[in-house]
Amino acid sequence: MTELPPDNQPDDAMADVPEQPSSEGRKMMRRMTGVDESWRQALVVPALSILLALIVGAVIIMVTDVDAWRLMREDPVAALGEMLEGVWVAYRALFLGAFGSVRAISETLFTATPLILAGLAVAVGFQTGLFNIGARGQMFMGGLAAVWVGLHVELPAVLHVSLAILAAIVVGGIWGGITGLLKARTGAHEVITTIMLNFVAAFFVLWALKTPAFQEEGSNLPQSAPLPESVRLPAIFGEQYRVNIGLLIAIAAVFFVYWLMYRSTLGFEFRATGFSPTASVYAGMNVSFLLTAVMFVSGALAGVAGSTMTQGLPPYTVTSNFAGTIGFDAIALALLGRSHPFGVLWAGLLFGALIAGGRSMQAAAGVSVDLVIVMQALIIVFIAAPELVRTIFRLKKAKAEPAQLTKGWGG
Amino acid sequence: MTAVLERQTTLEHKNRLTPEERRSVGVGVALIALGLFVFFFFGLRIDAGEQATFNLSLQTDRFQDLSWVVDARAFSLVVGVIIVGLGIWRLTRRALRWTNVSLAVGFALFSMAFLAWAAAGSQFSLVGMLRSTVILAVVVVIGALTGLMCERVGVINIGIEGQLLASAFAGVVLSSAFGTWAGLAGAVIVGGLLGWFLAWLAIRFHVDQIIAGVVINFLALGLTSLMSARILADVQSLNAPARIPAWRIPLLADIPVVGSMFFDHTFFVYGMFVLVVAIHLGLFYTRWGLRSRSVGEHPKAADTAGINVYRVRYRNVILGGMIAGFGGAFLGLAQVARFEEDMTGGIGFIGLAAMIFGKWLPFGALGAGLVFGFARSVQQKVAILNIGIPSEFLLMIPYIVTIIVVAGVVGRTRPPAADGQPYIKQ
Repeated sequence: MTELPPDNQPDDAMADVPEQPSSEGRKMMRRMTGVDESWRQALVVPALSILLALIVGAVIIMVTDVDAWRLMREDPVAALGEMLEGVWVAYRALFLGAFGSVRAISETLFTATPLILAGLAVAVGFQTGLFNIGARGQMFMGGLAAVWVGLHVELPAVLHVSLAILAAIVVGGIWGGITGLLKARTGAHEVITTIMLNFVAAFFVLWALKTPAFQEEGSNLPQSAPLPESVRLPAIFGEQYRVNIGLLIAIAAVFFVYWLMYRSTLGFEFRATGFSPTASVYAGMNVSFLLTAVMFVSGALAGVAGSTMTQGLPPYTVTSNFAGTIGFDAIALALLGRSHPFGVLWAGLLFGALIAGGRSMQAAAGVSVDLVIVMQALIIVFIAAPELVRTIFRLKKAKAEPAQLTKGWGG
Repeated sequence: MTAVLERQTTLEHKNRLTPEERRSVGVGVALIALGLFVFFFFGLRIDAGEQATFNLSLQTDRFQDLSWVVDARAFSLVVGVIIVGLGIWRLTRRALRWTNVSLAVGFALFSMAFLAWAAAGSQFSLVGMLRSTVILAVVVVIGALTGLMCERVGVINIGIEGQLLASAFAGVVLSSAFGTWAGLAGAVIVGGLLGWFLAWLAIRFHVDQIIAGVVINFLALGLTSLMSARILADVQSLNAPARIPAWRIPLLADIPVVGSMFFDHTFFVYGMFVLVVAIHLGLFYTRWGLRSRSVGEHPKAADTAGINVYRVRYRNVILGGMIAGFGGAFLGLAQVARFEEDMTGGIGFIGLAAMIFGKWLPFGALGAGLVFGFARSVQQKVAILNIGIPSEFLLMIPYIVTIIVVAGVVGRTRPPAADGQPYIKQ
């Protein structure tokens, strides 16, 4: 975010790095990754944040172990042992559920797909100074549009899949665009409007899935009819693994966002608006248009994330909670990835592993997957307060702390 | 950014209407549309002679069987005409002070016509609806007061939702184990702790305040859901808080309508009114209030005048968290009377919108909270009447109202000048 004029970095920012790449290579790396300092600097805080989150998670697992607490009065040593065993069982299940087998890796990639897309949606907003908490609602609306196309249009497979995704892009984009337009025209803060639109979208989906337009004939379950074969996202590694071409779409979206934000004029204006709205106005940019446009892009990305959760999720009958907590995970993800598309890609894979592992942890160790939410919150805290991490691990102070990401009400 | 955009638009429309005049016209157009809607959609579609009966007494009241019967069709037609008249008056762009009042009156009339339409040919408990308006307003008002306490000293608190949820959890568990007062105390302490956490992140580490608030929401949601699944599901007795009796105020509670609305509640409801008055007096008539406001408006000047900016911020944000704790206790102990995962369901954010709607004033927060309570209460009661609108759309109403409110229905609101800005002492 601070790389507007790329040559403006003070040279001594690299002073404590032993091996410096050549200046050309450095510039290149910076463009590609969004990492301003050295790689060590960039990775140390995220890695320690994840480590800290795992430690705190372990403490939480121990403290909430009801059975062990019952044992505590009679035999505290055995109780403590049981608590530690609980942690070991849980984290083992977490790790094996994420990387332990081909199926686990497929699950990780499958879970990461919508996370990457929604994370990009949030990241694009951050880069323009907007905090889009509405990925959930945009996923709902986009995903629902894809379902509608799936059920009501008949086309050959490739066209049908594309048309459904296009519908998700348009509808998700409009749902996001509403927020941008409201912000531009009335100053309504996006944090509130996006959260409210999340609820509106959730109720809308709840209603829509009970209408004949979506229900299976003769059924009164609140879920859609099974999507036809032609609109389902095809699996990449065969039917037995859930990972599908949504992953390729997500990776393509990463490159698209990289191109949009760092190679196109529009992206430059987006980032300039995020950097200083005042300066952008005086430079003759149409800030109202830019705010609406960026929220459209953001909503469209979230819409595609929604469509991967409808078109790509076996058994292809859509229920009213298909967006899950992805919209919120995406916020943590965008922060972890420093709002850069490639950062979001890696963070998305990491969170995919965490959540896929969390599911098997819940099944194997009885530790609710909500623990993953707590860990994500902790990761956000540590990333947003790097000084905290540095204090805990007694690290040297960094030269530049990350800038304020969002704006207050008055903006 | 709003200011910037405004400059951009004022440059474009140099010789046009002033913002107040434009607002007046906008409100006028909206009111006329609303009035016509009432006239044609409600008035003309009700069968002639159909009566709407509004019950004005509850079964527990001293005076029974009070009711108000109106001819629904005539009532809606008259109301429609009045609203159109109000709108035309706004179009003349005179008496600009009255824009908001006419808007409020217009919406109140609209709601009455809507209820008459919905209740045409049947009965509707008006007093029950008004009573639940007050009850449903409590958490919203308290959320707004929390936000106000923090923002008046320049700290944005997005984490109200999480503070409410966590303190509701603490309140329910402690109340089930040790009784109501322990539950209340625990809830207030947990709220205060989360307030401290927000202040600590925002002041000590200069974490972006909105992100710090979001973190609090995540933590509260994750931890309470986790503990609910791991502990409460196992030990059911911890999710059964003691019932809280209503304190019926003698004589006052016997007044028809007003009595059941305001004077027959648990102590939480009275507590909310006390808080509103206390914060109003505190903010505007005490040294504490003057200091708090100066820190929120111009921390540097306050610092120069010898006020410890950090201490004032810490203190108020913690107090705000404790107020949220009180609200969470109400939610967990009285309103729902058990803990459910994610039981707040966005009400903290509605409180935040109420704070903006109420222009950062305690009585404004009260009024805004009552508006939201009314919207929610109408939605609940109308759902029972079964008028053909899907319940999901009725459930959207409070959230849509919130969007309309923050999109500036109330006109320009001005947050404290230093809201959301970290202060770094030189």
